[in-house]
Formats: sequence, C-alpha cells, structure tokens
Amino acid sequence: MVKEIERYGIPIVHMATITTISESVGANRIVPTVAIPHPVGNPQLNADDEHALRKALVKKALDGLATEISQPTHFE
Amino acid sequence: MKLEIGRIYIKDIQLGQETSVKEGVLTVDKEGLIAKLKEDERIKDVSLDVAKPGEKVRIIPVKDVIEPRVKIEGGNNGFPGVTSKQAQCGEGKTNVLYGAAVVTVGDVVGFQEGVIDMWGEGAKWTPFSKTYNLTVDISVVDGLTPHAHEETVRIAGLKAAEFVGLAGKDVTPDEVITYEMGSIFEETAKYPNLPKVLYAEMMITQGLLHDTYIYGVNAQTILPALLHPNEELDNAVISGNCVAACDKITTYQHQNNSVIEDLYAQHGKEINFLGCIMVPEHTTLAGKLRVSDYVLKLAKMLGADAVVISEEGYGNPDSDLLMICKKCEKAGIITQLITDECAGRDGMSQPLADTAQEAVAVVSGGNVSHVVTLPPADKIIGNAAAIAVLAGGWDGALLEDGTLMCELNAVIGSTSEIGFHNVTCRLY
Amino acid sequence: MSDKYKVLYYVNQFFGQVGGEDKAGMAPEYRGEKIGPALGFEGLLNKNGEVVGTIICGDNYFNENKEKALDFILGTIKDIAPDVFVAGPAFNAGRYGVACGEISKAVAEKLNIPVVTGMYMENPGLDICKEVAYVVRTSDSAGGMRKALPIMAQIADKLAKGIEVGPPEEEGYIPRGMRKTIFVEKRGSQRAVEMLLARLKGQPFTTEMPMPVFDIVEPAPAIKDLSKATIALCTSGGIVPEGNPDHIQSASAQKWGKYDIAGRDALNAPDFYTTHGGYDPVYANEIPDRVAPLDILREFEKEGYIGKVYDFFYTTTGTGTSVSKAKEFGTQIGAELKAAGVDGVILTST
Repeated sequence: MVKEIERYGIPIVHMATITTISESVGANRIVPTVAIPHPVGNPQLNADDEHALRKALVKKALDGLATEISQPTHFE
Repeated sequence: MKLEIGRIYIKDIQLGQETSVKEGVLTVDKEGLIAKLKEDERIKDVSLDVAKPGEKVRIIPVKDVIEPRVKIEGGNNGFPGVTSKQAQCGEGKTNVLYGAAVVTVGDVVGFQEGVIDMWGEGAKWTPFSKTYNLTVDISVVDGLTPHAHEETVRIAGLKAAEFVGLAGKDVTPDEVITYEMGSIFEETAKYPNLPKVLYAEMMITQGLLHDTYIYGVNAQTILPALLHPNEELDNAVISGNCVAACDKITTYQHQNNSVIEDLYAQHGKEINFLGCIMVPEHTTLAGKLRVSDYVLKLAKMLGADAVVISEEGYGNPDSDLLMICKKCEKAGIITQLITDECAGRDGMSQPLADTAQEAVAVVSGGNVSHVVTLPPADKIIGNAAAIAVLAGGWDGALLEDGTLMCELNAVIGSTSEIGFHNVTCRLY
Repeated sequence: MSDKYKVLYYVNQFFGQVGGEDKAGMAPEYRGEKIGPALGFEGLLNKNGEVVGTIICGDNYFNENKEKALDFILGTIKDIAPDVFVAGPAFNAGRYGVACGEISKAVAEKLNIPVVTGMYMENPGLDICKEVAYVVRTSDSAGGMRKALPIMAQIADKLAKGIEVGPPEEEGYIPRGMRKTIFVEKRGSQRAVEMLLARLKGQPFTTEMPMPVFDIVEPAPAIKDLSKATIALCTSGGIVPEGNPDHIQSASAQKWGKYDIAGRDALNAPDFYTTHGGYDPVYANEIPDRVAPLDILREFEKEGYIGKVYDFFYTTTGTGTSVSKAKEFGTQIGAELKAAGVDGVILTST
C-alpha cells in the first residue's frame, strides 16, 4: 500500500513495528513503533508518559515527511 | 529419555453412562464429564456431542483439538503445569486413544476459530475429519474478561481430554511406539558421522488468543528454550491459540508434532536429531532480533549442521522465520523452512510478507486464501453463522442452502506449517 | 454444424502470407479460412476442433493504432464466439509479440475466452499477457514452429473441452505466476525432511516456494512547509467505526474503508474499534488512537505544526491480505488522496 501511494508522488511515512518487513517490501520513510498490538502507544506507561511517547512518535513521522531522502530511511 | 506411546485404536465413539474403551469403541460418560467441567464456576453451560468420519456434520467454530491420553508410568497424568502438578514430561509410558480427539467449540472472544467438515470436500482439507471427535461446546458466565474467557475454554478442553483419556488406563495398547534418545554426547558418540539436526519450532505468542504454553508457562515470556523432543510428544506444550485456523498448531498437533516424528524416524539413520528449540514469535522488533540471535547461539552451542524451522501464523512471523534463516545460513548452518502462503484468492500474489535470498529450501503448506466451497451439512455442531466473522470467512460466505464458501484460512489444520497435512502450492 | 469446438486464429501479415515488412501497415482483416500456422494447427486437434477463421493484422498497424485494431479484432471475435482463441506463435518478434500479448490479454479479460499463444522467453509481449493467457515457451525464431504448434494445440484442446491444464513444466507453457493450491502424497514434514537430506548430501532439490521479489519506488519529494500541509491518516490495523459498516474482513481483506473524521478529535472507543484478526485487540479497543493516532495529529493541527488533517481516514486489515490486494488498495487510495490534494500520508501498521 505504501509504495502504491508513493507512486503518485505523495510522500508517505510508514509507522510500523516490524521495520524489517517495511524495508523488504520497499517503504522509503520508516518510523519504528512500539509493538504490533499498539504501534503508537504503550499501555504499560501512565497516561502522561504514554501521551509524550505518542506525540514524539507522530512528530518523527511528520518530520520524516518533511525530510528529503534518496534511499530508505529510518526516523528514530 | 525414553517414552513409550501406547496406541489404543479407536474405531467408534458414543456418549453414554460411563467412560470406557471396549473393542475400540470409546464411550464417554456424558453427565460425568459435564459435571466435571462445571466445577469451574466460570462455565455456565456445556454441551457434548460426537462427530464421526464420513458423517455429514460440520463443526464450527472450533477453538482447539486435543488428543485424549492417560499417563501409565512416570510423570503426572494430564497436562503438567496446567491441569496437574508440575512433573517431567517425556519419560515413562503414555496410553493414547489413537484416532479420537476432543474438539472445543464455541464463540470465544474473537474471530479466528475454524471449521471441521467430517465428510466430502471439506474433509479433504482438514486432518481432523479422520478422527472420532468428541465436541465440547462451552458457554461461560456473563461478565468474563476476554482473557478469562479464553482461559476457561482452553482449560476445559484439556480437562475433557484428561477425563476421556482415563478410559485407556487399563486397556492394552494395540501398538507401542518407543521414542528414545540419550544425551547429545551419547548420541553423537553413537553416530559420529551423521549430520546434527535441530528443530526450531516457532510458536505464536502475541497476546490474547495468540499464545502457546509450555508446562503452563506462557511462551511469550521465555527466551527460546531447548526441549527434548519427547517432552512435546508427551503433553508439555499446549495451544492457547485462536489465530488463523489453517496454520495454528493445535494442542493435538503439538502432541503429535509431525516434524518431530519425521526427524525421529531418521535419527540414527541419516541424521543425529539433537532436539527442539521452542521459539516465541514476538510483537516487537527487538523481540524478533533477540530471538533470532538466541536460536543461532543455541544451534552453535549444540554444534548443529542444520536446522528445520517451522512457522506458526503468517504476516509478521514471516519476518522471524527469515531472520532466523538468514542468521543461520550466514553462520554456515543449513536451514530447511516450512511455512504457508498468502498468495491471494487468485493465487497471483507474492506468497510472503518478507523475503530473503538465503531461504532456498522451503516447504509450503498451501495458500491460506485458496477458496473452497463446502456443501451443506445435515447437522451443524456449534453455530454456522460464525463463519462470517472467522478469519477467511466473509459476509455472504454462508449461502442460503447452507453451502459454506470460505478461504482455507478458516479450515482447521489445512495449511499446517509443521507439515501435518498434505497440501502445498505449485507455480502454474 | 459439426460438434467440433471452434478455434479462431490470429497471425501477423507475414504469417498470414500477405507480405513482409512492406505490408506491416495493413489494417486487421478477418478471413473465414485457415491461413499459415492455422492450417497445420487444425490437424493437431485430432479432429476434435476446427479452426473457423484467421484474423490477420500488420504489426506496425497494430502497434500504431492499438485501440482501433483491438476494437475490430474484439468485435470480430465476439461475433464468431470461438471456444478458444489462438495467437502466434510470435517467437522473439517484438512487435508481433506485443500484438499477440495485447490481443490475448483483451480476449481473456474482456471476452472471457481462453487464449493460447506462444513466445520466446524474452519477448516483450510475454509480460503483457502471461498471467491471463497460456503462453507456450518457444525458440527465438520461426524455425521452432513445428515444435511449438503441437504444444499449443494440446493446451487449446484441453481449454476447449474444459479439462484442467496441468503444471507448466508438463504442459510446456511459461508459468503464469499463479500459486495453485494442490494435494500431494506426502505430508509437509516428510517433504521437509527429504529436502533437508538432499541438501545435506549435496543432491539436487527444489524449493516449493521461490522467494518473492519486491520492486522499488523512488522516494517522493519531501513536504516543503508542514504548517501548510494537509496530512492524511491511513492504517492497516483494522480500526473501523462501531459495527464495521463496510464489513471489512478480519483477515485477508478484500476491501478498504474511508470514514469522515472532520470534527472528530480522536478515534475514541466505543465509536471505533479494531476488526483486525491478527493481533491482541485489547489495547487497540481501549484506545483506538494507539493504532491510528488521530488525537495527536489534531494536537499538531491546533498548534499549527501541520496545516490540516485530511477529512477522511482510510483503513483496512493487513493480516493475511495478499500483496496484490494491498497494491490494489494503495492504488485506489493513492488516486483519491492525489485528487484531494493531500500533501503527505501517515500509514500505520500493526
């Protein structure tokens, strides 16, 4: 899905836990996430900490979209 | 370690007043078993039935399949660490009601139970159409959390298998199979020139409905662990899984793990079978990296020349499978993989979610999205409407006349990744 | 009328005996007779089938007037309604191969008539049609005609009679790329042990699953100014509105959903939940934003860090969903996002 959307020239960032798969299938902008059942969250944290973590992850994704790249890149 | 499995051939099954095996006919004490299971206060109702090979019966939705057994000598009866006290599995004598199975049925929390057809087209696709099945349909009291619900049904199935298995206690088995292997040093001294082969069995351990237990320990919490093959053949490993029915390893398939059996058959002839590594499939990248490193390390410590790796499930575990493969091959250890394929309903898609050039020897259990059409049954055990929410079913899959159209996804054991069944894919 | 099945044949100007390169500009014609390879072809059908006619078209004409040529050819085939359509073989002739490929594809897909053709492995026409037609593997020149025709005829015969065509190596066609699920005699574990033993002994073995190859897409240019950008949210984590109104499958998805999130601050429970069957749903059902973080995007929107969150969010389930379906979804969703002027996309996966 990621690649097909990118083919339209729209930058897309893949937020995924198993980034090895993202790389194999050809995503270009990748943000590693927490775990498969809760990629953008962590139920083990308290509400404030989880919020901070989530905000940081999404910020990385947005900043990734605003970053020129020439090859598959992780934003960590 | 020496384990003698005594097979008592079962040729028929019926419900009755006592639990016994007489001339191959298994009778199950209906009221007695219901009363036994209802000791668990979380269980509201139990409904028992039987399904025999060839009958036009459909069982749906199926959660687990378990082989009824009884311990004759050594260890503890039942499933040590789960239904009985901890004891060493894999030694002594175990009698098996060979050809019988306990099948747990009922809406658990999720969507990933499966179907067993006992006759015709559907029977070809599942190995459990050939067993005489005791179906145990369990409904639980209101207000249980999903985790508690799953656990209740899981334990009830195991207890039912234990209860039924007792029928074989004083019966002389028709056939005795001996599984015996000494320490790795002893075996290697006996067979110095045979290649040393390990079996790495991946298990889904991804949370609710997706867990596997070893001596009652949730394998989600373990580092890859070395087991003597006899342990798994003797009730040490059980399924807590309701992931895709087609390739989950049911408890029955752990008890009769086909990779272990087929490697055992070559032990001392073509190979020196070292043992099994139980490999959890994690939901984090760090978990997957750690596990693959650990498997390689164990393989090196044991001096393995080759590793057979079987997967459970598809999608993200494809990544674990290939990670282990890559690391082993790079270290000069040959790998043999067993997996299945998500090639789409038309079979035209890529079969795996990940790829690795090192994976040159792969056995395929078939395409999980292959669509089958199963004609109407005379009798349904469970609830046919459940197919709409099962993995591989979709709305409209149940036609008005009772015909079921579904992907193999929904058929128990159809695309087994431990090679328990005889389905595969070929390039056309 | 005979009870033989009907075969319709396609050749270019050369094999249609009209002429060489000088006649390559000829428009398609239908002739109610057997011409060129069609002549010998009928003899190979063991009197079960009949070649009712031949369509001839110049290679240059076809390639320069593809739509017009296809219109005529498809119209003719529709009228005659053959049981099987046969084109070529084109060997390694590029323009002829492309014509055979395009026509074969159109006939198979639009008219639903089975198609047999023949090509050399490197013919550019091969990739156009091999998924939908049976393409017999031929040599690179017309010298291979006598070898190719019987193989093509045998497949045509089976297709006409509705007999299942066997595996490519037995039947002589180039694999269509289809993973066909079949029964075999031995169980998987035994096949695995046998393959392993062969490998350990250095004997030949054949994997049952060649590894997939994924293509590469150039990274799209970055967003110049996030504060003016419209960002769309997509997920393969199966987050859907309560009741799953579009019935998105819990696994092996056949469709995607698109939901209006304008005026929504978050994907709260119980309005939203996951229908994904591949992971523990408890955490996602508690807070669906853990999978698709609309709430955080809204915060960035309010702070002016991004311009706007796109009014619709897109969702499907990734588990067991074939790569070709995922591709199809991506193409459809991408087209919508492009049309809507979306500047960037966040796609989350579980």
